[in-house]
Amino acid sequence: MTENLAANRLQSSGAYALELDGVARHFGALVALSGIDMRIAAGERRAVLGSNGAGKTTLFNAVTGDFLPTAGRIRFFGEDITDLPPHERIRRGLRRTYQISQLFKGLSVLDSIFLACRGVSRRRFSLLRPAADDVNMVQAQSILEAVHLEAHRDALVATLSHGQQRQLEIALALAGAPRFILFDEPAAGLSPTERRDLVAILNALPKHIGFIIIEHDLDVALRVADYVSMMHNGHLFKEGTPQEIEADPEVQQIYLGGKHG
Amino acid sequence: MSLATAAEGAAPQQNWLDKIGAGHVILAVALLLYPLVASDFFLTQIAGYSMIFGVLSLSLMLLAGYGGMLSLAQITVAGIAAYAVAILGSNNSNVLGFGWPWWIVVPFAVAAAAVSSALIGWISVRTEGIYTLMITLAIATATFYFAQQNYAIFNGHSGYAGIHAPVFWGINWRDPKPFYYLCLGLAMLSYAAVLYGSRSTFGMTMQAIRDNPRRMRALGYHVTAHKVFAWFLAGILAGLAGVLLVWFNGRVSPGTIGVDVAIDILIIAVIGGLRHPIGPFVGAIVVILMQTFAIDIVGAERFNTLIGLVFLVIVFVSPDGILGLWGRIKPHLAQESLRAGP
Repeated sequence: MTENLAANRLQSSGAYALELDGVARHFGALVALSGIDMRIAAGERRAVLGSNGAGKTTLFNAVTGDFLPTAGRIRFFGEDITDLPPHERIRRGLRRTYQISQLFKGLSVLDSIFLACRGVSRRRFSLLRPAADDVNMVQAQSILEAVHLEAHRDALVATLSHGQQRQLEIALALAGAPRFILFDEPAAGLSPTERRDLVAILNALPKHIGFIIIEHDLDVALRVADYVSMMHNGHLFKEGTPQEIEADPEVQQIYLGGKHG
Repeated sequence: MSLATAAEGAAPQQNWLDKIGAGHVILAVALLLYPLVASDFFLTQIAGYSMIFGVLSLSLMLLAGYGGMLSLAQITVAGIAAYAVAILGSNNSNVLGFGWPWWIVVPFAVAAAAVSSALIGWISVRTEGIYTLMITLAIATATFYFAQQNYAIFNGHSGYAGIHAPVFWGINWRDPKPFYYLCLGLAMLSYAAVLYGSRSTFGMTMQAIRDNPRRMRALGYHVTAHKVFAWFLAGILAGLAGVLLVWFNGRVSPGTIGVDVAIDILIIAVIGGLRHPIGPFVGAIVVILMQTFAIDIVGAERFNTLIGLVFLVIVFVSPDGILGLWGRIKPHLAQESLRAGP
């Protein structure tokens, strides 16, 4: 599988879900991202590793349009999306989750997922209550099952445990036919059991959905990703298969302790 | 802020009584029969007036409770409808007064209010929290002074007088009993609409935007458009209240839309509670009763002090207003009845 993806990497632009050409982001004098080149094939699952402040979340923000890159171009399935507003990128099938859960604490779990499904559908301004057989409600129900939250369907989001909130975070990204998802540390703060559950959820995603996962836990990252990119100080400095990365002495030095422990 | 949550789930097979709720039915019957026992003064000056201000505060509750947007411009929006009634209909101030029939005037007045409200919303949604309050206060103040100094449209500080409620079906709708039922009709309709709408797609959208606008944007929602639409809907409620207000007073002047009134509406909403659409009505009754009778209790010099003290006590005891107080007492009552039961 890894070889196939490596071969894909050489093909034409259309085969790529995401292409970054020289993407940079400066905050005043601070260089958060510098000259990032990245090609991710459709359906590929990529892990981005790096210490705190390496620029991983900034990279996500640039891709989703939460803020625009200072330089460089971003293409999504061949289309240049560099200057599109966030909601236009969402409608093209790009999704993200957040490092710190960004949920609706006053709504129920099912209603939250329903709104996520409705967000890329029509009738967002409807003043009618959605029927139980509303197409978005049916979708919400199946996503609820995909992230193992069936038992909490009517619970208020504010009453969920941290782990359940992380699952809901993923559910919101799965709504409305995503083609590519950016997972920002989905395992943060999860117990070992919850981590296993998370790996199962991610590995059970439909094969056509590619993703990038930012993860500090190498165990999680290496069990869900086909390919790994290492970031440090706003640069991409190494890419490889999970095995290569795990064995790389330089990576061990920077990421797994060494000077930045 | 833990405001409106609207989490009551609706099971599929319920009869109409369960759906509406026994409490609502009892309340509706009591309000329908109220004219049998109430004097004209209590029908209009207390009940009718409370319901008009209840609907006005409900328009604020809709924005603040579900949308997290605090506004001081609700009376301004109502005032635009009131002035529109005076200008498009007839008045005895010898300025403007097109003399259109009420069934044309009212839709125009409400539409003018709703569009103005959407405009105010569009200006203020780029701010949050206290800044929204400041911007809407600025708009309310500016409108007040503009109305006071403009004679061509607003007829200056004297405003318009001699505005009459319509007479049709052989009923003068400003007579105490018809006017009470008019107010009751509007109050019940507005209340039911907001309660129903809170669980509609748009209602849930607003609550989600209140909780996390950034995530809503990331889900493909145009947050500003949704907020402006909420202002438009709130403008319809405020506009309808404004029409009843001008029929009730028979006149409209800059004093009608003064900053003191704007603050009264905020106080009503806060005293009643922003968690549920019944709150504004509870708050309106309490405040109107106080404003009417505080003078009898402590005299003309000190009645505002009494109102202020009651406001302080309620907010101090329960930040969620009277509704929050009830929410805390209710579980205890339920415990008592459990103990008393077999």
